[in-house]
Amino acid sequence: MNALPQIHASRQQEVARALAAVLPEDALLVAAEDTRPYECDGLTMYRELPMIVALPQTEAEVVEILKICNALGVAVVARGAGTGLSGGAMPHKEGVLLGLARLNRILELDCDNGTARVQPGVRNLAISEAAAPFGLYYAPDPSSQIACTIGGNVAENSGGVHCLKYGLTVHNVLRVRGVTSAGEIVELGSSAPDAPGYDLLALSIGSEGMLLVTTEVTVKLIPKPAMARVVMASFADVETSGDAVAAVIGAGIIPAGLEMMDQAATRAVEPFVKAGYDLDAAAILLVESDGMAEEVEDEIERIEAILKSQGAIRCQASQSEAERLRFWAGRKNAFPAAGRISPDYYCMDGTIPRRRVGEVLKAIEKMEQRYALRCMNVFHAGDGNLHPLILYDANAPGELERADAFGAEILELCVAVGGTVTGEHGVGIEKISQMCVQFNRAELDAFLGVKHAFDAAGILNPDKVIPSLHRCAEYGRMKVHGGVLPFEGLERF
Amino acid sequence: MNPIEQLSARVRDAARDGQPLCITGSGSKSFYGLPASGEPLLTSELSGIVSYEPTELVIRARAGTPLGEIESVLAQSGQMLAFEPPHFGAGATLGGCIAAGLSGPARASAGPLRDFMLGVSIIDGRGEHLNFGGQVMKNVAGYDIARVMSGSLGTLGIVVDVSLKVLPRPAGSESFEVECTLDDALARFRAFGTRSIPVTATAWHDGRAWIRTSGSRAALAAAAKIVNGTRLDEDQGAALWLSLREQTFAFFAPGAPLWRIALPIGAPPLALGAELVEWRGMQRWIRSGEDAATIRARAEALGGHATLFRASPAERVRLGVFTPLAPALWTLHQRLKKHFDPAGVFNPGRMYPAL
Repeated sequence: MNALPQIHASRQQEVARALAAVLPEDALLVAAEDTRPYECDGLTMYRELPMIVALPQTEAEVVEILKICNALGVAVVARGAGTGLSGGAMPHKEGVLLGLARLNRILELDCDNGTARVQPGVRNLAISEAAAPFGLYYAPDPSSQIACTIGGNVAENSGGVHCLKYGLTVHNVLRVRGVTSAGEIVELGSSAPDAPGYDLLALSIGSEGMLLVTTEVTVKLIPKPAMARVVMASFADVETSGDAVAAVIGAGIIPAGLEMMDQAATRAVEPFVKAGYDLDAAAILLVESDGMAEEVEDEIERIEAILKSQGAIRCQASQSEAERLRFWAGRKNAFPAAGRISPDYYCMDGTIPRRRVGEVLKAIEKMEQRYALRCMNVFHAGDGNLHPLILYDANAPGELERADAFGAEILELCVAVGGTVTGEHGVGIEKISQMCVQFNRAELDAFLGVKHAFDAAGILNPDKVIPSLHRCAEYGRMKVHGGVLPFEGLERF
Repeated sequence: MNPIEQLSARVRDAARDGQPLCITGSGSKSFYGLPASGEPLLTSELSGIVSYEPTELVIRARAGTPLGEIESVLAQSGQMLAFEPPHFGAGATLGGCIAAGLSGPARASAGPLRDFMLGVSIIDGRGEHLNFGGQVMKNVAGYDIARVMSGSLGTLGIVVDVSLKVLPRPAGSESFEVECTLDDALARFRAFGTRSIPVTATAWHDGRAWIRTSGSRAALAAAAKIVNGTRLDEDQGAALWLSLREQTFAFFAPGAPLWRIALPIGAPPLALGAELVEWRGMQRWIRSGEDAATIRARAEALGGHATLFRASPAERVRLGVFTPLAPALWTLHQRLKKHFDPAGVFNPGRMYPAL
């Protein structure tokens, strides 16, 4: 942990001096009190003080920083708004934390053609706000959209509550311009369809800052639907609500949003948001329809009929835009609500085949007892993306370790039922061990091959996402010996 | 040995002997790309649907499965491949569809094939059987190698099986014809992108524009008022879009080299001779004996790129098929190829001569 402080100090001076030659004074933070705000991202469990923070304002400065870091062999960790939930932007203690928030201009808003060209530090919601006067918006809407940046969205392939119908970041970005670790500028994808060669754009999206540093993004803007309405339905148990989801989709309906919250989640948000949720229900569903008015009326009627026939005990369609937003407000505030009822919470992000939701939630319930921690569940039911929020208190001895082990067990269950360890938050540092469970060595080596193709020097966000042979061996041994991770203070059940 | 182990062994032998392999499904798209070389490696043993659960919106099938079989199984559950892949031959396979990476008339509204790629398993150039992505809608574990397989022309590995997102078929569709100039058509098509209207295909050629709308009865009625064209009868409409997708439309009859020009929305007419327009103006087809440099320069000036889609093998070799890549991108391509296919046995030279 506290490796060689003297060497670190001289190294810090060397790198800072080199960077000072290409950056204005206010773009470089070296003192611990200045770099402290960057020690973690939205995953506060993992912290590390960066050696240096660099805050470039132009692409040219990014190029210079990368050339210097490449020459000196210094790790570079890119960061947008720091809202990420997997520690992808957790600093490297001997590296440069590259904050891109100052690259925050919308370069071009082409509303005739439905595209926007923006710098990576532009906030997700700011794009939709700029396009709103033209009746357009940028579709992916992660819960953090008020703060998170498009550069971060590209790094994580962020989703949101509307992605079953409108897609993830990868479906809504046409082009990424970025800088490789060699300081070379590359353009991936294009405003024209099907750019020649391999689909490197797809590789860059969700690459967690390990392949290149994004300096410009061209996104698709789509027309704001003329109308949107949401149906809120209550169910007496979780399985029935899962079956209702399948029934809606089986009937040929692709809702604009399809979300589930369990009772623990509705009870946490209701006092805080007053969305009008049915607190007696074991689970509620929010099912949204959008499009032309005629289309929406028709679809809402069909959705209500299906939900009722599937055993919904209460069903209520929004009668106004204000009411629609209120129904959604609870869902969108689930994370802050968790923070309100618990000193700390740990948000998981596994994805499962939708039909397994009942059994997975039941299994999580059993884990709550075993780990002696509460868990509330919000679920992007439309696309099978589960967000269990494990509630814990980092100051209570052993709780952090139990939360960590609880989370790991949930992720491994997701893989076991045919899903994945991360749907939209990324692997980062958090799920790196579970990558050993999901992929074999040859597959992990393929990821390394991709990494080296872009980042021959291996300086971009090193030691994230792709576990080393050693780590997987260690992790495998732990599983074999203990069944649960041998953290200090972890009770054995 | 099962078929996958057999293929792996074949790849290991080929890599050891430096023997190029030409991965082949039914051969329906052998016209596409640079002429193939190497020993044929047939994917026909890799056939069949592995899993299909309509309410999960996912189908997983082996690469050698006929595309027609997949589409008819989906249709039985009221679902479809929303990107409407061209077949270009009765035996077209799923693997060929993925390798070519082509999408049909719905591309501008539904998205391209790669948007529907959820997972693949491949055999790489070391004979390793690797899995990427999966059968779920959202998956950011590791790099998105599954999507990279789409359009890679089999140069990175043998696709063994593929998981695709599928969608419900719309309740109904209507097709309209409007007489108009190319400029008028482009303006009209462009406007469809800025309002909420369920247009799912557009085309223009020789003074006539065609527009398809899809959705519920209520949606179709509302859309018809906005489109304001002559309604085609249902069979006629379906036949039109099929003829565009399969290039049986008269414009595509054998003749001068066929170029596909991909452009950003809003690009003006190409002014390189008669054009056929699709995808709200983003896909243009021309027949031209003009030299490649002129055509590529025009496409590039408009922010797009040009592909020599159909021409004799000699012309494809002489003119090159795909737009050459910028040096930095070319380096990335070479390194990826080197990693996935170190001995260079998979479809060498099919995309670019040195790849």
